[in-house]
Amino acid sequence: MVFLQYLISGISIGSIYAIIALGYTMVYGIAKMLNFAHGDVIMVGGYISFCTTSYLGLPGWVSVVFAVAVCTVLGVVIEGLAYRPLRQAGSLAVLITAIGVSYLLQNAAQLIWGATPKNFTSLVNFAVPEFLSRLNVSGVMLVTVVACIVIMLGLTWFTSRTKLGKAMRACSEDRGAAQLMGINVNRTISMTFAIGSALAAIAGVLLCSYSPVLQPTTGSMPGIKAFTAAVFGGIGSIPGAFLGGVLLGIIEAMARAYLSTNLANSIVFAVLIIVLLVRPAGLLGKYVPEKV
Amino acid sequence: MKKQTKPASVKKPDGTLKRYFKNMKTATKVDYATYLGVILAFAVVMACQSAGLLNRQVTGMLVPICCYICMAVSLNLTVGILGELSLGHAGFMSVGAFSGIVASMSLGFTGAGDVVRLVAAIAIGAVVAAIAGVIVGVPVLRLRGDYLAIVTLAFGEIIKELINCLLVGFDENGLHIRFNYDGNSVMGDLGLTENGVEIIKGAQGAAGNEKLSTFVAGFVLVMITLIVVLNLVRSRTGRAVMAIRDNRIAAESVGINVTKYKLTAFVVSAALAGAAGGLYGLNFSSLASTTFDFNASILVLVYVVLGGLGNIWGSIVATVVLYALPEALRGFDDLRMLVYAIVLILVMLATHNERLRALLAKVLPRRKGAAVHG
Amino acid sequence: MAKKFEKGKMVPVPSHSIIPERDLDKSPILECSHLGIDFGGLRAVDDFNLTIGRTEIAGLIGPNGAGKTTVFNLLTKVYQPTRGTILLDGFDTSGKTTAQINRMGIARTFQNIRLFSNLSVEDNVKVGLHNQEKYSALTGVLRLPKYWRQEKAAHERALELLSIFDMQGLASHKAGSLPYGAQRRLEIVRALATNPSLLLLDEPAAGMNPSETAELMENIVKIRDTFQIAVLLIEHDMNLVMGICEGICVLNFGRVIAKGTSEEIQANPAVIEAYLGKKRGS
Repeated sequence: MVFLQYLISGISIGSIYAIIALGYTMVYGIAKMLNFAHGDVIMVGGYISFCTTSYLGLPGWVSVVFAVAVCTVLGVVIEGLAYRPLRQAGSLAVLITAIGVSYLLQNAAQLIWGATPKNFTSLVNFAVPEFLSRLNVSGVMLVTVVACIVIMLGLTWFTSRTKLGKAMRACSEDRGAAQLMGINVNRTISMTFAIGSALAAIAGVLLCSYSPVLQPTTGSMPGIKAFTAAVFGGIGSIPGAFLGGVLLGIIEAMARAYLSTNLANSIVFAVLIIVLLVRPAGLLGKYVPEKV
Repeated sequence: MKKQTKPASVKKPDGTLKRYFKNMKTATKVDYATYLGVILAFAVVMACQSAGLLNRQVTGMLVPICCYICMAVSLNLTVGILGELSLGHAGFMSVGAFSGIVASMSLGFTGAGDVVRLVAAIAIGAVVAAIAGVIVGVPVLRLRGDYLAIVTLAFGEIIKELINCLLVGFDENGLHIRFNYDGNSVMGDLGLTENGVEIIKGAQGAAGNEKLSTFVAGFVLVMITLIVVLNLVRSRTGRAVMAIRDNRIAAESVGINVTKYKLTAFVVSAALAGAAGGLYGLNFSSLASTTFDFNASILVLVYVVLGGLGNIWGSIVATVVLYALPEALRGFDDLRMLVYAIVLILVMLATHNERLRALLAKVLPRRKGAAVHG
Repeated sequence: MAKKFEKGKMVPVPSHSIIPERDLDKSPILECSHLGIDFGGLRAVDDFNLTIGRTEIAGLIGPNGAGKTTVFNLLTKVYQPTRGTILLDGFDTSGKTTAQINRMGIARTFQNIRLFSNLSVEDNVKVGLHNQEKYSALTGVLRLPKYWRQEKAAHERALELLSIFDMQGLASHKAGSLPYGAQRRLEIVRALATNPSLLLLDEPAAGMNPSETAELMENIVKIRDTFQIAVLLIEHDMNLVMGICEGICVLNFGRVIAKGTSEEIQANPAVIEAYLGKKRGS
């Protein structure tokens, strides 16, 4: 029974990681860059939602729409100003720029909202059926898991069926060839950032509903762990990000419960390192050796 | 061929000193200028200090600046020379700092002199960090690019958490170490005798350390770091490392053992960071492992990037300026990290965007010998 | 002992390679037998047999996608072969890494130039000399006399090697800033610096004009004569191949379709078919 409770809490925190990881994986797959600032977009999403509910007194769902809108615009702006000029540059340069953007967002948030943590009131507060509440399942957990599955399925459908999704896959395979086929690569990458950032906003709201402390660094650790999850599942793969996120959540919950509270993060990272050594491209990723 | 090329004979002091310098390779000249600059800066600071021109705020910054110069120069070895992005460099500094504190406190218990304790702290810090470097490097260096970056980051976090669980004390029976993985142990569990000293207290870190670090020691460490890194780069080992950075497959094809040289560069870099940590740890009366978190790694990375990848003197200048500047702007504390971030982004855009670079090339005078055509 | 080279005895598999007259009394430098590699279900190279004499210049030709570069990658262990053996100077090379193969005596150039473009021309050659310098990293850091001695020797050797292509004047320039032809030549110099007994050249004349190609042909022969090494080259320029190669091997769809001298190859119907297609009605 206790084991089941840990498992459920692992799955629900893992679902949040999975939503963030989906954003990471989309951006990495198509723009071929590690968007380090993704975690901080989550934090911005949390703050926007917080402001709309606490200061403006709007209902929860409006705040989610608001957060998604702001983060989408933010993602597109970041891509256009900071990453697009570096399209031809090496991956190291782009990564360092992304770290710079991450710092910028954190410090801007600190200037605007201050360093003291805000107390986020959960947006999900419906009662769950009794058999679930006996397992310590809360409304947020249910919503998180359902949202995660819906988003995963939606993205799979989107990338395989729609025109824009196909354009994204084409850009991911070969950017030059996609351009020659008349695909607007810059626009496609912008759209990818828009989708990734919208997901980050949803993840931000869910994360803050789950653990209600909101501060400028709220996004960093979940961001790093979600990236770990994306790499774990095989970066660039949508089912991989989902699988990686959920597995990571479960591993973390189990490590915390049965091995060591102090070393939970270390255990998560150690698992990542072992997975990468055995399968350099992650669980569901494809390993492409360098051509000679 | 329009430009004249350098004559073949170099490094041989035949004839006058002037001719010697004229025949010297540009790289060698830059190296000597770097040493000279550091020595001059040291002399100026010492002179100012004895003349009483420096206030307490400035003197307090001297040792940390030396430590961060060593950090930046050693990180440049990994990022600039080896070409692998490491996001966990502060982890090695942390290992060096805490092992250095343990070494110096233990030696203090046996009544060794201050200089011996300081040197021992730096040396032990370097050795332990080198061992950590091997443990981290062997698995990590098999990965490529972004994966390597994220795994070094993970290792940095793991090192931080491990030190948070560490309880260390010293008494006449020797060193007492306890690994507090379940969070239930306290210092009392170490079983120290009455005379024993508590050295590392888990998440609280080390407190009550004696401040043994001096600016002279910092200067010496900077010089040692420079000599190690610059001489390594100009040797066959350094060429092999740079060859791997430029083209791994070609390096293999000319018989270079890629794993060996990657590991060499990584471990040397880790050892130098550990030495810097040893010095840093003894500059403060208390030290927590959170000092060396991910943000500290990024800070050093910023120094390296802004100074120029692979450019050693650039790292030094960037470190001094970027460390001193925010301290001078204490009043604008909130803004300073924001400015940092913006500067970092702008520098990356300015140096890596084709159009901006072309624009800069037009504005700035051309550098000599930049390229040949024909 | 002047033993005449017997094909059936020395080589495990009968090879039809043409060993030049002057190499006949020596054991071959390279013997491949039944070499093959599969990528997924595709047999990229299959049943590749080739013997190369000590000082032979051999050519490997074939239409695009025939698997020529794959053969080079198999010889240098960039890919581990699925089947077959490679003997280099009589030693089996199975299980060796690319770096070890180089130390055993195979050096190569690349179809798409792979220089250390941020290093100077001289340093590129010195990287090639890496395994002939013997001082340790510590000696390098401490700059002991051994360091100075060996660095001086390496410097002189590098300039000497560069002088083959008359490039000593470019020694201090950045390799990446050289014009295309000079980059190709530098790659050859770097490969030679590793002191090989077999030099693999992957399309050395690509992108060169006829006069540069003619000069390159002279230089390849000169390299063979001065260093007394074997050369195996992939090339699409038939003037070059027919002009300097003593033995030619033709590859199509990963299989050897012909071996022989330039006259034999030019007259071979299978080769003509591979390059020009089947004659209608035959």
